[in-house]
Amino acid sequence: MSDIASRVKAIIVDKLGVDENEVTMEASFTNDLGADSLDTVELIMEFEKEFDIQIPDDQAENISTVGQAIEYIEKAVKG
Amino acid sequence: MTQARRVVITGVGAITPIGNTAQEYLSGLKNGVSGASFISAFDTEKFKTRFACEVKNFDVNQFIDRKEARRMDRFTHFALVCADEAIKDAGLDREGSFDPDRTGVIWGSGIGGLDTFLKESVEYAKGDGTPRFNPFFIPKMIADIAPGHISIKYGFRGPNFSTVSACASSTNALIDAYIMIKLGKADVVVSGGSEAAITEAGIGGFNAMQALSTRNDSPETASRPFDKDRDGFVMGEGGACLILEELEHALARGAKIYAEVAGFGLSADAHHITAPHPDGLGAANVMRYAIEDAGLSPADIDYINVHGTSTPLGDIAEVKAIQKVFGDHVYQLNISSTKSMTGHLLGGAGAVEALATVFAICHDFVPPTINHFTDDPDLDPAINFTFNKAQQRTVRAALSNTFGFGGHNASILFKKYH
Repeated sequence: MSDIASRVKAIIVDKLGVDENEVTMEASFTNDLGADSLDTVELIMEFEKEFDIQIPDDQAENISTVGQAIEYIEKAVKG
Repeated sequence: MTQARRVVITGVGAITPIGNTAQEYLSGLKNGVSGASFISAFDTEKFKTRFACEVKNFDVNQFIDRKEARRMDRFTHFALVCADEAIKDAGLDREGSFDPDRTGVIWGSGIGGLDTFLKESVEYAKGDGTPRFNPFFIPKMIADIAPGHISIKYGFRGPNFSTVSACASSTNALIDAYIMIKLGKADVVVSGGSEAAITEAGIGGFNAMQALSTRNDSPETASRPFDKDRDGFVMGEGGACLILEELEHALARGAKIYAEVAGFGLSADAHHITAPHPDGLGAANVMRYAIEDAGLSPADIDYINVHGTSTPLGDIAEVKAIQKVFGDHVYQLNISSTKSMTGHLLGGAGAVEALATVFAICHDFVPPTINHFTDDPDLDPAINFTFNKAQQRTVRAALSNTFGFGGHNASILFKKYH
Protein backbone atom coordinates (compact mmCIF):
# COMPACT_ATOMS: atom_id res chain seq x y z
CA MET A 1 0.00 0.00 0.00
CA SER A 2 1.33 3.42 -0.95
CA ASP A 3 2.11 6.03 1.68
CA ILE A 4 -0.80 8.14 0.44
CA ALA A 5 -3.22 5.21 0.64
CA SER A 6 -2.23 4.40 4.20
CA ARG A 7 -2.56 8.04 5.31
CA VAL A 8 -5.98 8.31 3.65
CA LYS A 9 -7.15 5.15 5.36
CA ALA A 10 -5.88 6.34 8.73
CA ILE A 11 -7.95 9.52 8.41
CA ILE A 12 -11.04 7.52 7.49
CA VAL A 13 -10.57 5.15 10.42
CA ASP A 14 -10.15 8.08 12.78
CA LYS A 15 -13.00 10.27 11.54
CA LEU A 16 -15.61 7.60 10.85
CA GLY A 17 -14.73 5.37 13.78
CA VAL A 18 -14.59 2.25 11.59
CA ASP A 19 -12.28 -0.77 11.62
CA GLU A 20 -9.27 -0.64 9.34
CA ASN A 21 -10.33 -3.84 7.54
CA GLU A 22 -13.64 -2.24 6.54
CA VAL A 23 -11.77 0.47 4.63
CA THR A 24 -11.41 -1.36 1.33
CA MET A 25 -10.77 0.41 -1.98
CA GLU A 26 -14.37 -0.21 -3.07
CA ALA A 27 -15.96 0.91 0.22
CA SER A 28 -18.39 3.82 -0.17
CA PHE A 29 -18.22 6.46 2.58
CA THR A 30 -21.99 6.75 2.86
CA ASN A 31 -23.21 3.26 1.91
CA ASP A 32 -20.56 1.12 3.59
CA LEU A 33 -18.79 3.23 6.22
CA GLY A 34 -21.79 4.99 7.82
CA ALA A 35 -20.84 8.54 6.85
CA ASP A 36 -23.51 11.23 6.55
CA SER A 37 -23.24 14.38 4.46
CA LEU A 38 -21.40 16.25 7.24
CA ASP A 39 -18.88 13.43 7.70
CA THR A 40 -18.17 13.47 3.97
CA VAL A 41 -17.44 17.20 4.01
CA GLU A 42 -15.17 16.73 7.01
CA LEU A 43 -13.25 13.92 5.30
CA ILE A 44 -12.56 16.08 2.25
CA MET A 45 -11.32 18.88 4.54
CA GLU A 46 -9.06 16.47 6.39
CA PHE A 47 -7.60 15.21 3.10
CA GLU A 48 -6.94 18.81 2.04
CA LYS A 49 -5.16 19.53 5.30
CA GLU A 50 -3.14 16.30 5.41
CA PHE A 51 -1.88 16.60 1.84
CA ASP A 52 -1.86 20.40 1.54
CA ILE A 53 -4.10 20.38 -1.52
CA GLN A 54 -7.37 22.04 -2.57
CA ILE A 55 -10.26 19.84 -3.64
CA PRO A 56 -12.90 22.03 -5.37
CA ASP A 57 -16.53 21.25 -4.52
CA ASP A 58 -17.36 19.95 -8.00
CA GLN A 59 -14.46 17.49 -7.75
CA ALA A 60 -15.33 16.53 -4.18
CA GLU A 61 -18.76 15.43 -5.33
CA ASN A 62 -17.11 12.68 -7.40
CA ILE A 63 -15.18 11.25 -4.46
CA SER A 64 -17.50 8.77 -2.82
CA THR A 65 -15.29 5.71 -2.25
CA VAL A 66 -11.95 5.10 -0.60
CA GLY A 67 -10.36 4.22 -3.94
CA GLN A 68 -11.62 7.40 -5.59
CA ALA A 69 -10.15 9.48 -2.77
CA ILE A 70 -6.75 7.82 -3.03
CA GLU A 71 -6.71 8.10 -6.81
CA TYR A 72 -7.64 11.79 -6.71
CA ILE A 73 -5.07 12.63 -4.05
CA GLU A 74 -2.26 10.72 -5.77
CA LYS A 75 -2.86 12.75 -8.93
CA ALA A 76 -3.22 16.03 -7.06
CA VAL A 77 -0.04 15.54 -5.05
CA LYS A 78 2.04 14.57 -8.10
CA GLY A 79 0.43 17.28 -10.26
CA MET B 1 -64.04 21.25 34.21
CA THR B 2 -61.32 18.65 34.44
CA GLN B 3 -59.03 18.73 37.44
CA ALA B 4 -55.73 20.57 36.98
CA ARG B 5 -52.90 18.31 35.91
CA ARG B 6 -50.23 17.74 38.55
CA VAL B 7 -46.54 17.23 37.77
CA VAL B 8 -44.12 14.98 39.64
CA ILE B 9 -40.45 14.01 39.39
CA THR B 10 -40.03 10.33 38.48
CA GLY B 11 -36.37 10.03 37.56
CA VAL B 12 -33.05 11.76 38.24
CA GLY B 13 -29.53 11.73 36.86
CA ALA B 14 -26.42 13.82 37.50
CA ILE B 15 -22.84 14.34 36.52
CA THR B 16 -21.26 16.93 38.79
CA PRO B 17 -17.93 18.03 40.26
CA ILE B 18 -18.82 16.16 43.48
CA GLY B 19 -20.24 12.97 41.99
CA ASN B 20 -20.68 11.41 38.57
CA THR B 21 -24.10 9.87 39.26
CA ALA B 22 -27.17 11.06 41.17
CA GLN B 23 -26.30 8.77 44.10
CA GLU B 24 -22.70 9.99 44.24
CA TYR B 25 -23.93 13.56 44.04
CA LEU B 26 -26.33 12.92 46.95
CA SER B 27 -23.54 11.56 49.11
CA GLY B 28 -21.32 14.51 48.18
CA LEU B 29 -24.11 16.87 49.28
CA LYS B 30 -24.61 15.01 52.55
CA ASN B 31 -20.90 14.98 53.32
CA GLY B 32 -20.19 18.58 52.37
CA VAL B 33 -17.55 17.76 49.77
CA SER B 34 -15.73 20.45 47.78
CA GLY B 35 -15.43 19.81 44.03
CA ALA B 36 -12.72 22.42 43.50
CA SER B 37 -9.16 21.80 42.39
CA PHE B 38 -6.61 23.19 39.96
CA ILE B 39 -7.83 23.19 36.37
CA SER B 40 -6.66 20.21 34.32
CA ALA B 41 -8.45 21.15 31.08
CA PHE B 42 -5.86 23.70 29.90
CA ASP B 43 -2.66 25.49 30.90
CA THR B 44 -3.71 28.21 33.37
CA GLU B 45 -0.32 29.78 33.93
CA LYS B 46 -1.36 33.17 32.52
CA PHE B 47 -4.84 33.17 34.07
CA LYS B 48 -5.89 35.11 37.16
CA THR B 49 -7.92 32.11 38.31
CA ARG B 50 -6.26 28.72 38.05
CA PHE B 51 -8.88 26.48 39.66
CA ALA B 52 -12.47 25.37 39.13
CA CYS B 53 -14.88 22.56 39.96
CA GLU B 54 -14.28 20.09 37.14
CA VAL B 55 -16.08 16.82 36.56
CA LYS B 56 -13.47 14.18 37.40
CA ASN B 57 -12.68 10.70 36.06
CA PHE B 58 -15.06 11.13 33.15
CA ASP B 59 -14.32 9.16 29.98
CA VAL B 60 -17.05 9.94 27.48
CA ASN B 61 -16.21 6.89 25.40
CA GLN B 62 -17.51 4.67 28.19
CA PHE B 63 -20.95 6.15 27.46
CA ILE B 64 -21.00 7.29 23.85
CA ASP B 65 -19.50 5.75 20.72
CA ARG B 66 -16.25 7.50 19.80
CA LYS B 67 -17.46 8.74 16.43
CA GLU B 68 -20.68 10.13 17.90
CA ALA B 69 -18.86 11.71 20.84
CA ARG B 70 -16.52 13.55 18.48
CA ARG B 71 -19.50 15.29 16.89
CA MET B 72 -20.57 16.79 20.23
CA ASP B 73 -19.23 19.40 22.60
CA ARG B 74 -18.58 18.43 26.22
CA PHE B 75 -21.82 20.10 27.40
CA THR B 76 -23.74 17.64 25.21
CA HIS B 77 -21.71 14.71 26.57
CA PHE B 78 -22.83 15.72 30.06
CA ALA B 79 -26.44 16.07 28.85
CA LEU B 80 -26.54 12.60 27.30
CA VAL B 81 -24.90 10.91 30.27
CA CYS B 82 -27.17 12.36 32.96
CA ALA B 83 -30.29 12.06 30.77
CA ASP B 84 -29.54 8.37 30.23
CA GLU B 85 -29.26 7.83 33.98
CA ALA B 86 -32.55 9.65 34.65
CA ILE B 87 -34.42 7.89 31.84
CA LYS B 88 -33.36 4.49 33.22
CA ASP B 89 -34.12 5.59 36.78
CA ALA B 90 -37.65 6.53 35.68
CA GLY B 91 -38.09 3.22 33.87
CA LEU B 92 -38.66 5.04 30.58
CA ASP B 93 -36.25 2.68 28.85
CA ARG B 94 -38.84 -0.08 29.16
CA GLU B 95 -40.80 -0.99 26.05
CA GLY B 96 -44.17 0.79 25.90
CA SER B 97 -43.52 2.91 29.00
CA PHE B 98 -44.07 6.16 27.12
CA ASP B 99 -45.82 7.56 24.05
CA PRO B 100 -43.02 9.06 21.92
CA ASP B 101 -45.25 11.86 20.63
CA ARG B 102 -46.18 12.86 24.20
CA THR B 103 -42.60 12.86 25.52
CA GLY B 104 -40.50 16.00 25.18
CA VAL B 105 -37.01 17.22 26.00
CA ILE B 106 -36.46 20.76 27.32
CA TRP B 107 -32.86 21.50 28.25
CA GLY B 108 -30.98 24.52 29.53
CA SER B 109 -27.47 25.60 28.67
CA GLY B 110 -26.26 29.13 29.20
CA ILE B 111 -23.55 29.15 26.57
CA GLY B 112 -23.47 25.88 24.62
CA GLY B 113 -20.22 24.73 23.01
CA LEU B 114 -17.86 27.44 24.18
CA ASP B 115 -14.74 25.32 23.71
CA THR B 116 -15.85 24.30 20.22
CA PHE B 117 -16.40 27.95 19.33
CA LEU B 118 -13.00 28.96 20.65
CA LYS B 119 -11.05 26.19 18.93
CA GLU B 120 -12.72 26.63 15.55
CA SER B 121 -12.26 30.39 15.68
CA VAL B 122 -8.58 29.97 16.52
CA GLU B 123 -8.16 27.60 13.55
CA TYR B 124 -9.79 30.18 11.28
CA ALA B 125 -7.58 32.96 12.63
CA LYS B 126 -4.46 30.93 11.86
CA GLY B 127 -5.37 30.77 8.15
CA ASP B 128 -5.32 33.35 5.35
CA GLY B 129 -8.96 34.31 5.76
CA THR B 130 -10.32 31.48 3.61
CA PRO B 131 -13.32 30.14 5.52
CA ARG B 132 -12.51 26.52 6.23
CA PHE B 133 -14.82 25.64 9.09
CA ASN B 134 -15.43 22.09 10.15
CA PRO B 135 -18.95 20.98 9.17
CA PHE B 136 -19.57 19.96 12.79
CA PHE B 137 -18.62 23.41 14.10
CA ILE B 138 -22.17 24.77 14.21
CA PRO B 139 -24.03 21.57 15.23
CA LYS B 140 -21.50 21.00 18.02
CA MET B 141 -21.64 24.54 19.32
CA ILE B 142 -25.32 25.55 19.28
CA ALA B 143 -26.87 25.45 22.74
CA ASP B 144 -30.04 23.68 21.58
CA ILE B 145 -28.24 20.63 20.21
CA ALA B 146 -28.30 18.75 23.54
CA PRO B 147 -32.10 18.22 23.58
CA GLY B 148 -31.83 17.35 19.88
CA HIS B 149 -29.34 14.57 20.61
CA ILE B 150 -31.41 13.25 23.53
CA SER B 151 -34.53 13.07 21.34
CA ILE B 152 -32.66 11.32 18.53
CA LYS B 153 -31.20 8.71 20.88
CA TYR B 154 -34.51 7.74 22.52
CA GLY B 155 -37.09 8.71 19.88
CA PHE B 156 -38.85 11.34 22.01
CA ARG B 157 -40.95 13.31 19.50
CA GLY B 158 -42.74 15.75 21.84
CA PRO B 159 -41.83 19.42 22.48
CA ASN B 160 -38.09 19.89 22.11
CA PHE B 161 -36.01 23.02 22.66
CA SER B 162 -33.46 24.81 24.82
CA THR B 163 -33.84 27.69 27.18
CA VAL B 164 -31.17 30.38 27.53
CA SER B 165 -31.14 32.80 30.45
CA ALA B 166 -27.48 32.57 31.53
CA CYS B 167 -27.25 31.11 35.03
CA ALA B 168 -31.03 30.65 35.25
CA SER B 169 -31.18 28.61 32.00
CA SER B 170 -31.97 25.19 33.37
CA THR B 171 -34.45 26.48 35.93
CA ASN B 172 -36.24 27.99 32.95
CA ALA B 173 -36.05 24.59 31.25
CA LEU B 174 -37.65 22.85 34.24
CA ILE B 175 -40.33 25.53 34.43
CA ASP B 176 -41.11 25.20 30.72
CA ALA B 177 -41.27 21.43 31.12
CA TYR B 178 -43.74 21.90 33.98
CA ILE B 179 -45.83 24.33 31.90
CA MET B 180 -45.91 21.95 28.88
CA ILE B 181 -47.25 19.15 31.05
CA LYS B 182 -49.73 21.43 32.85
CA LEU B 183 -51.03 22.63 29.49
CA GLY B 184 -51.44 19.07 28.25
CA LYS B 185 -48.85 19.42 25.48
CA ALA B 186 -46.82 16.49 26.84
CA ASP B 187 -47.11 13.80 29.53
CA VAL B 188 -43.40 13.35 30.17
CA VAL B 189 -40.57 15.84 29.71
CA VAL B 190 -36.89 14.99 30.08
CA SER B 191 -35.53 18.23 31.49
CA GLY B 192 -32.51 19.76 33.16
CA GLY B 193 -29.37 21.37 31.89
CA SER B 194 -25.65 21.15 31.40
CA GLU B 195 -22.65 23.39 30.89
CA ALA B 196 -18.97 22.98 30.04
CA ALA B 197 -17.37 26.41 30.26
CA ILE B 198 -14.11 25.56 32.05
CA THR B 199 -12.16 26.63 29.00
CA GLU B 200 -9.73 29.45 28.23
CA ALA B 201 -12.62 31.60 26.97
CA GLY B 202 -14.82 30.78 29.96
CA ILE B 203 -12.27 31.43 32.67
CA GLY B 204 -10.68 34.36 30.83
CA GLY B 205 -14.05 35.91 30.05
CA PHE B 206 -15.43 35.68 33.58
CA ASN B 207 -12.06 36.81 34.98
CA ALA B 208 -12.33 39.94 32.86
CA MET B 209 -15.64 40.70 34.59
CA GLN B 210 -13.94 40.17 37.96
CA ALA B 211 -16.66 37.64 38.71
CA LEU B 212 -14.43 34.69 39.64
CA SER B 213 -12.66 33.98 42.90
CA THR B 214 -8.88 34.28 42.60
CA ARG B 215 -8.08 32.37 45.78
CA ASN B 216 -5.40 30.30 44.03
CA ASP B 217 -3.72 29.35 47.31
CA SER B 218 -6.81 27.47 48.51
CA PRO B 219 -9.12 26.33 45.69
CA GLU B 220 -11.26 24.04 47.84
CA THR B 221 -12.24 26.87 50.22
CA ALA B 222 -12.68 29.53 47.51
CA SER B 223 -16.43 29.06 47.02
CA ARG B 224 -17.66 30.48 50.34
CA PRO B 225 -21.13 32.00 49.93
CA PHE B 226 -22.15 34.37 52.78
CA ASP B 227 -18.65 34.38 54.28
CA LYS B 228 -17.23 37.83 54.95
CA ASP B 229 -14.17 37.10 52.80
CA ARG B 230 -15.94 35.70 49.73
CA ASP B 231 -14.29 37.02 46.58
CA GLY B 232 -16.30 35.71 43.63
CA PHE B 233 -17.70 32.51 42.24
CA VAL B 234 -15.89 29.30 41.33
CA MET B 235 -16.69 27.92 37.90
CA GLY B 236 -18.26 24.46 37.84
CA GLU B 237 -19.28 22.12 35.03
CA GLY B 238 -21.56 19.15 34.50
CA GLY B 239 -25.32 18.79 34.52
CA ALA B 240 -28.39 17.13 35.93
CA CYS B 241 -31.56 15.66 34.49
CA LEU B 242 -35.00 15.44 36.07
CA ILE B 243 -37.89 13.53 34.52
CA LEU B 244 -41.08 15.57 34.91
CA GLU B 245 -44.22 13.53 34.48
CA GLU B 246 -47.97 14.09 34.71
CA LEU B 247 -49.15 12.51 37.96
CA GLU B 248 -51.81 10.15 36.55
CA HIS B 249 -49.38 8.98 33.87
CA ALA B 250 -46.78 8.24 36.54
CA LEU B 251 -49.25 6.43 38.80
CA ALA B 252 -50.65 4.37 35.90
CA ARG B 253 -47.24 2.91 35.15
CA GLY B 254 -46.27 2.50 38.79
CA ALA B 255 -43.38 4.97 38.63
CA LYS B 256 -41.60 5.96 41.84
CA ILE B 257 -42.20 9.59 42.76
CA TYR B 258 -39.47 11.77 44.24
CA ALA B 259 -41.40 15.00 44.74
CA GLU B 260 -44.03 17.24 43.20
CA VAL B 261 -43.34 20.36 41.17
CA ALA B 262 -45.80 22.79 42.65
CA GLY B 263 -45.11 26.24 41.25
CA PHE B 264 -42.69 28.76 39.81
CA GLY B 265 -41.89 32.44 39.53
CA LEU B 266 -40.19 34.39 36.75
CA SER B 267 -39.10 38.01 36.62
CA ALA B 268 -36.47 40.49 35.47
CA ASP B 269 -34.50 43.00 37.52
CA ALA B 270 -34.65 45.55 34.67
CA HIS B 271 -31.61 47.10 36.28
CA HIS B 272 -28.13 46.19 34.92
CA ILE B 273 -26.59 43.57 32.60
CA THR B 274 -24.51 41.88 35.31
CA ALA B 275 -25.10 43.52 38.71
CA PRO B 276 -28.08 42.32 40.73
CA HIS B 277 -30.74 44.78 41.86
CA PRO B 278 -29.29 46.05 45.17
CA ASP B 279 -32.47 45.26 47.12
CA GLY B 280 -33.10 41.97 45.35
CA LEU B 281 -36.32 43.27 43.87
CA GLY B 282 -36.67 40.72 41.07
CA ALA B 283 -35.42 37.93 43.33
CA ALA B 284 -38.09 38.70 45.94
CA ASN B 285 -40.76 38.71 43.27
CA VAL B 286 -39.93 35.24 41.91
CA MET B 287 -40.02 33.64 45.37
CA ARG B 288 -43.33 35.34 46.13
CA TYR B 289 -44.81 34.31 42.75
CA ALA B 290 -43.68 30.70 43.19
CA ILE B 291 -45.26 30.41 46.64
CA GLU B 292 -48.52 31.95 45.41
CA ASP B 293 -48.49 29.75 42.30
CA ALA B 294 -48.26 26.66 44.52
CA GLY B 295 -51.14 27.89 46.68
CA LEU B 296 -48.86 27.98 49.72
CA SER B 297 -47.81 30.65 52.18
CA PRO B 298 -44.22 31.58 53.14
CA ALA B 299 -44.59 29.63 56.40
CA ASP B 300 -44.96 26.39 54.39
CA ILE B 301 -41.40 26.68 53.05
CA ASP B 302 -38.70 24.84 55.00
CA TYR B 303 -35.67 25.27 52.75
CA ILE B 304 -34.33 27.57 50.07
CA ASN B 305 -31.53 26.40 47.81
CA VAL B 306 -30.27 29.87 47.02
CA HIS B 307 -28.44 31.19 43.99
CA GLY B 308 -25.69 32.32 46.44
CA THR B 309 -22.73 32.39 44.08
CA SER B 310 -20.19 33.71 46.62
CA THR B 311 -19.98 37.15 45.04
CA PRO B 312 -19.91 40.19 47.35
CA LEU B 313 -23.04 41.89 45.95
CA GLY B 314 -25.19 38.97 44.85
CA ASP B 315 -25.29 37.14 48.17
CA ILE B 316 -26.40 40.25 50.07
CA ALA B 317 -29.13 41.14 47.58
CA GLU B 318 -30.58 37.63 47.70
CA VAL B 319 -30.73 37.55 51.49
CA LYS B 320 -32.45 40.94 51.50
CA ALA B 321 -35.01 39.52 49.09
CA ILE B 322 -35.59 36.46 51.30
CA GLN B 323 -36.09 38.68 54.37
CA LYS B 324 -38.58 40.79 52.45
CA VAL B 325 -40.65 37.77 51.37
CA PHE B 326 -40.48 35.66 54.52
CA GLY B 327 -40.55 38.21 57.35
CA ASP B 328 -40.06 36.45 60.69
CA HIS B 329 -40.35 33.01 59.08
CA VAL B 330 -36.81 33.62 57.78
CA TYR B 331 -35.61 32.35 61.18
CA GLN B 332 -37.47 29.05 60.76
CA LEU B 333 -36.01 28.40 57.32
CA ASN B 334 -32.88 26.62 56.27
CA ILE B 335 -30.97 28.42 53.53
CA SER B 336 -28.00 26.91 51.76
CA SER B 337 -25.85 27.44 48.71
CA THR B 338 -24.72 24.12 47.27
CA LYS B 339 -22.44 26.14 44.97
CA SER B 340 -20.07 26.10 47.93
CA MET B 341 -19.50 22.43 46.96
CA THR B 342 -20.22 22.18 43.23
CA GLY B 343 -19.05 25.59 42.12
CA HIS B 344 -21.29 27.51 39.75
CA LEU B 345 -22.43 25.42 36.78
CA LEU B 346 -23.82 28.51 35.00
CA GLY B 347 -26.64 27.24 32.76
CA GLY B 348 -26.44 23.85 34.47
CA ALA B 349 -26.81 25.34 37.96
CA GLY B 350 -30.60 25.33 38.02
CA ALA B 351 -30.75 21.63 37.24
CA VAL B 352 -28.14 20.40 39.74
CA GLU B 353 -29.60 22.66 42.42
CA ALA B 354 -33.19 21.61 41.67
CA LEU B 355 -31.96 18.04 42.16
CA ALA B 356 -30.31 19.00 45.49
CA THR B 357 -33.65 20.54 46.51
CA VAL B 358 -35.58 17.42 45.49
CA PHE B 359 -33.12 15.27 47.47
CA ALA B 360 -33.62 17.54 50.50
CA ILE B 361 -37.37 16.89 50.30
CA CYS B 362 -37.01 13.12 49.74
CA HIS B 363 -34.38 12.54 52.39
CA ASP B 364 -35.33 15.24 54.92
CA PHE B 365 -31.94 16.86 55.12
CA VAL B 366 -30.49 20.21 54.13
CA PRO B 367 -27.20 20.17 52.23
CA PRO B 368 -24.66 22.57 53.72
CA THR B 369 -23.08 25.85 52.72
CA ILE B 370 -19.49 24.73 53.24
CA ASN B 371 -16.41 26.92 53.71
CA HIS B 372 -17.80 29.22 56.34
CA PHE B 373 -15.04 30.87 58.35
CA THR B 374 -16.08 34.43 59.21
CA ASP B 375 -19.54 35.94 59.65
CA ASP B 376 -20.42 38.79 57.33
CA PRO B 377 -21.52 41.76 59.49
CA ASP B 378 -23.98 42.73 56.75
CA LEU B 379 -25.93 39.48 57.20
CA ASP B 380 -28.27 38.68 60.10
CA PRO B 381 -26.45 36.01 62.17
CA ALA B 382 -29.78 34.56 63.35
CA ILE B 383 -30.51 33.27 59.82
CA ASN B 384 -29.69 29.56 59.41
CA PHE B 385 -27.37 29.35 56.41
CA THR B 386 -26.66 25.65 57.13
CA PHE B 387 -22.98 26.44 57.47
CA ASN B 388 -20.39 23.70 57.07
CA LYS B 389 -22.49 20.61 57.94
CA ALA B 390 -25.67 19.13 56.51
CA GLN B 391 -28.67 19.34 58.88
CA GLN B 392 -31.48 16.85 59.40
CA ARG B 393 -34.95 18.35 59.29
CA THR B 394 -38.31 17.68 57.70
CA VAL B 395 -38.45 19.49 54.38
CA ARG B 396 -42.09 19.80 53.33
CA ALA B 397 -41.58 22.33 50.55
CA ALA B 398 -38.54 24.11 49.17
CA LEU B 399 -37.52 26.71 46.62
CA SER B 400 -34.60 26.62 44.22
CA ASN B 401 -33.51 30.10 43.09
CA THR B 402 -31.33 30.98 40.12
CA PHE B 403 -30.55 34.37 38.65
CA GLY B 404 -28.81 35.08 35.35
CA PHE B 405 -26.74 37.87 33.83
CA GLY B 406 -29.22 40.01 31.98
CA GLY B 407 -31.27 40.30 35.15
CA HIS B 408 -33.26 37.06 34.68
CA ASN B 409 -34.73 35.57 37.85
CA ALA B 410 -36.31 32.14 38.19
CA SER B 411 -37.52 30.21 41.20
CA ILE B 412 -39.11 26.76 41.21
CA LEU B 413 -41.01 25.22 44.10
CA PHE B 414 -40.95 21.52 44.96
CA LYS B 415 -42.93 19.82 47.72
CA LYS B 416 -43.43 16.37 49.14
CA TYR B 417 -45.81 14.27 47.10
CA HIS B 418 -48.85 13.12 49.04
